[in-house]
Amino acid sequence: MKKFLQSDWVSRLFDTLLPVFATLAALILGAIMLLFLKVNPIEAYAALWEGAFGSPNAFAETLVKATPLLLVAIGICISFRGDVINIGGEGQMIVGAIFATWVGLTFTDLPGWVAITLALLAGFVGGAIWGGIPGFLKAYFRVNEILSTVMMNAIAVQLMNFLLRGPMIDPSQAEAASKIPQTARLIDAFQLPRLIPTRLHLGALIAVILAILVYILLWRTTLGYRIRAVGQNPHASRYAGIKIQRYMVLSLLLSGAFAGLAGATQVFGVNYRMITDGSSSGFTGSAGFNGIVAALFGQLHPILSIPASILFGALLVGANKMQRVVQVPSALVIALNGLVVVFVVSSEIWRRRRQKRRLTIAGHEEEMPPDGTIKPAETSV
Amino acid sequence: MISDLFSVTVLIGILASGIRLATPYLYAAIGETFSQRSGVLNLGVEGQMLLGAFAAFYVSLTTGNLWLGLLAAVLVGAAMGLAMAYVTVNLQAEQGISGIGFYLFGLGMSDLLFQKLMATVETLQGFPKIYIPGLSDIPGIGEIFFSHNILVYIAFLLVPIAWFVLNKTTLGLKIRSVGENPEAADSLGVNVGRIRYFTIILGGTLSGIAGASLSIGLLNVFQQNMTSGSGFIAVALVYFGAWRPIGVLGGALLFSMVNSLQLWIQVKSVPIPSELAIMMPYVLTILVLVATVSRVRAPSALTKPFEREN
Repeated sequence: MKKFLQSDWVSRLFDTLLPVFATLAALILGAIMLLFLKVNPIEAYAALWEGAFGSPNAFAETLVKATPLLLVAIGICISFRGDVINIGGEGQMIVGAIFATWVGLTFTDLPGWVAITLALLAGFVGGAIWGGIPGFLKAYFRVNEILSTVMMNAIAVQLMNFLLRGPMIDPSQAEAASKIPQTARLIDAFQLPRLIPTRLHLGALIAVILAILVYILLWRTTLGYRIRAVGQNPHASRYAGIKIQRYMVLSLLLSGAFAGLAGATQVFGVNYRMITDGSSSGFTGSAGFNGIVAALFGQLHPILSIPASILFGALLVGANKMQRVVQVPSALVIALNGLVVVFVVSSEIWRRRRQKRRLTIAGHEEEMPPDGTIKPAETSV
Repeated sequence: MISDLFSVTVLIGILASGIRLATPYLYAAIGETFSQRSGVLNLGVEGQMLLGAFAAFYVSLTTGNLWLGLLAAVLVGAAMGLAMAYVTVNLQAEQGISGIGFYLFGLGMSDLLFQKLMATVETLQGFPKIYIPGLSDIPGIGEIFFSHNILVYIAFLLVPIAWFVLNKTTLGLKIRSVGENPEAADSLGVNVGRIRYFTIILGGTLSGIAGASLSIGLLNVFQQNMTSGSGFIAVALVYFGAWRPIGVLGGALLFSMVNSLQLWIQVKSVPIPSELAIMMPYVLTILVLVATVSRVRAPSALTKPFEREN
């Protein structure tokens, strides 16, 4: 039995399942919190499940919520792999959406496919700019990117509020007394087509395709190899002739670009206009933060981020149902997300320990290779 | 109008509220200075502040005793610090990311408790202003420096205390050595883990008080996400202040003065869009980080977990 537990594949399986254990631990803590609030946790979680997967419509909503999470998450995979911590997903989503919305409101006489492509590209560019600035400041001025991206979030919110209450405001709102910060509704050419008769839109498919492309980028191209090399060992990379500053900027820029695209899909796939309540989450639904959670959960792997995003999309959609059925504020899910992050990064220690053990075991076997050659120890990514 | 902004009374008002507004930043950033000097980046400050703000407000509201409220904030902050310390010291988790986790936890939890326990926004009578006898009568100066509530005075007293502890005591020497070279400190018999536990819990406690200084000192109200990023600003101020309490004070004052100016611009309806005014302090923070950070060196072991070699 002991031998079985220490065998290589069990150990690796355990590594893969760590995030699942971490989530279970978070859910158990959540259940305890619910008990303190005098709510039956089973009833609450049942409502959550029902709200997320209970009907085709519910599942479609889950996927709609998962779409921006996935787009942000694949960007996070790039930057975190490059050892650049991008906390600016919120701001990058906002600026991407502003760029894309501007295209949508300005170029109204373009034919359908051209229009939507151009608009999504604009979102990509907007996010890239907002991510690129902190990347540049990190690479060339050593400004901590965690701080600068957080500041850029705050700046983006005000930029959005300014534009949506001023220059870009919906003309009908400008005349109304309420003055809701929103733009005019986009014309039909700028609406992402729906896939099935629900609110599920083409953005979900685009996100999945991009996740696969980013996987190829990171593991099958020189560019991706270099981004990861800089992340794993900047000194060795510099020694190997990689211009590490350039790759730092690039990983934050790309990361921001995907978040910008996430912002654009919210406008073109969900609301058909840019709208907020004056806060950052009023537009993004906190996808800029939750995307980080999804990426970490997916072990910073673009493909694994797909199920991870669906899981967190489900939590968010289910939370609304839970709020209605058992009167537990959906804020519980934000707290649970936080716990999942803490547990996932904390559980890394067991992965590292087992990896070390695997290497030592492998090392012992290599001491007496039959033909005298020494195999290099496998370093897992 | 712009000319209104430059009358003496307005100027005194801006300076006085600038001093007041610096309070939460000072508590949180001084606490963060301690943990960063010992090599730990605590990014959960914002979450600790939110929970501290809620605990202080709720306990004050239900018991009618502000000091009990403050105590609640201290306990909540310390508990969050304890959890953070276990995760970063014992489990050696990535500090930046686990900090974001703690932030999300505090954000969600304070909102959840607020909705479950209070449901509506209420106000209370916070800590009253204490007019320092004699000094508060000096025209101008009195209003700017000597007419604040107790939490404001303590925040400013904390700066020399933190300086003294960090630079003139054995404890401070241990904290700094753990942050610069934990291996060497360990070989000299300093318990690296215990020092980091101490600084992280201290940081959490001060962040809790920072939240309380908002909810039962400055604004006297609790709302969802009421700190709106000030915890992250506090972390930025530590970099800004080059990990020295005096530098942190300078940064906190600069930031809060600009913020105060921005608030007065809105009050006096100067024709600048309010959104652009609110943006100013953040833009300024980035610019100042650009100007200062590249010249000073962070504690060498910052964000690096320590593991004893066997």
